[in-house]
Amino acid sequence: MMSPDSSVLAVKVQGLRKSYGSIAALQGVDFEAPVGAVTAFLGPNGAGKTTAIRILTGSLLPDAGSVHLFGADALLSGQDLKKRVGYLPENNPLWPEMTVEETLAFAWSAQGRVGHKMSAVERVVVSVGLEPVFRRRIQECSKGFRQRVGLAQALIHDPELVILDEPTNGLDPLQVIQIRELVRELGRQKTVLLTTHVLPEVEALADRVVLLHEGEKVVEGTLAEVTSVKAGQQQFKVTVNGSEEDLKSMLATAGVTRLESGPPSSSAQAQASAVVLADGGQGIFEAAVKHDLVLLELTPRSGTLESLFYGLTQAEGLHV
Amino acid sequence: MYNILLFAKRELRVFVDTPVGYVVLVVFPATMAALFFLAGSFFAESEATLRNFFMWMPIAMALLVPALTMRMWSEEIREGTEELLLTWPIRLRELVLGKFLGALSLLFLTLLATAMIPMTVAYLGDVDGGVVLAGYCGTFLLGAVCASLGLLLSSLTRNQIVAWLSSAAILIALNLLGLAATARSIPPALAHALEALDLGLHFYSMSRGVIDAADLLFFLGLTLFFLVCNGLVLERRLRR
Repeated sequence: MMSPDSSVLAVKVQGLRKSYGSIAALQGVDFEAPVGAVTAFLGPNGAGKTTAIRILTGSLLPDAGSVHLFGADALLSGQDLKKRVGYLPENNPLWPEMTVEETLAFAWSAQGRVGHKMSAVERVVVSVGLEPVFRRRIQECSKGFRQRVGLAQALIHDPELVILDEPTNGLDPLQVIQIRELVRELGRQKTVLLTTHVLPEVEALADRVVLLHEGEKVVEGTLAEVTSVKAGQQQFKVTVNGSEEDLKSMLATAGVTRLESGPPSSSAQAQASAVVLADGGQGIFEAAVKHDLVLLELTPRSGTLESLFYGLTQAEGLHV
Repeated sequence: MYNILLFAKRELRVFVDTPVGYVVLVVFPATMAALFFLAGSFFAESEATLRNFFMWMPIAMALLVPALTMRMWSEEIREGTEELLLTWPIRLRELVLGKFLGALSLLFLTLLATAMIPMTVAYLGDVDGGVVLAGYCGTFLLGAVCASLGLLLSSLTRNQIVAWLSSAAILIALNLLGLAATARSIPPALAHALEALDLGLHFYSMSRGVIDAADLLFFLGLTLFFLVCNGLVLERRLRR
């Protein structure tokens, strides 16, 4: 990979807000993406990832906030800044009646480039492996090849920043592996901003993570930082022989920051998973004794990105 | 200008690449010829004039041109490619003008395909070339209004049929304003305003060979108005 230079920012977003009617998609989001890094924009469906990406790429205007790309105000800089960005939108829109060759030639011209069109097309066709379908219409290409065409149109003008919105969405496992390999290769040469809700993808590809939830940034940093930022916390699955209310009041005194209610296994039992402080295992045990509840299960979960994601995005959880 | 031509060329390419283009290029001239030579009174009048040919044009343009423009934006919206276009380094006005120039190119090709009708009339008798040219100029200007309105309504929906139906309905209504103005219950001031906005009335004077600056300004002004509205629709979508 290119060595990330955190002193130079490809993307700097501050106080980004966007609402669709009464629904707040982004509620004052700040984040950064350094030059040379692969930054994963992570979050469950509806977290606001695509809205943020659309604002970054200029297809949507924010209600408030600022977006700087390579130090320039993206909302004021106009067209020249867009030439430095390549974008693969979610669902990969393409013109079905055009051939792969025509699509890439059209994208090259629309990016304001003149001359050397065919050498640029050939370069990108080779780099993403589109030779077998070069003269085929888009509508005749498989989904995997269409995704490659989308990636190729994002790269045709050799942009410095590549933004990929859910690049492996809807692909079969083999295609997922192939596209991930392409993105990994891309990360060695360019700054990449990637949105996904697939956690292994983030762990496999990203240097940095920005986690969004319900339009707010929950955590941001390198992979090592975000998996240790909650080092003081550990996630446990807790099962007690009581009602949900008993469990809730017990956990409230046990240093638990958040819990998810599970279905009662019988009328006399309640089951829940909780994110607790590191010493909370002991705290839960002591609280259960104090509340005269029997702990049927107290299982620590691993401190991976998955547990962090799970712990920080449980919107349906009971807050204690 | 580069981007405008790029998008115009793309629209032209889509038109000639699909069967729809060839159908339009064959069916429209054939229909116009049938209406003029068979349904009309051309042979009975024994006069080499294209008056009845141009008489059909307002209604023909109201039906044809929205069919040419209906997919231009609605398909971009449906396929999601509109988002891609908005992220490319292209100004909104270049997108709008590119599509419009593309639509005008299709209109030009379609009108060119009807050239066999005046050529046939010229073969049969003496035709006033100036009147024919003025008629075609008027048709082209009328078509430009239809194209700009068709594009505007195409930008408002992802359904091509809705775009075509709504555009055609509005254009037909704009051709009937003069007729509505003749109703007794209409106040004179309103009747005058309706006549001033009637597309057909402005066109008919041109089709008779009279090129009036007021008619030119009317067509150009209305075209510009619809194009600006189209740009505003796209800008509003950026703020949706």
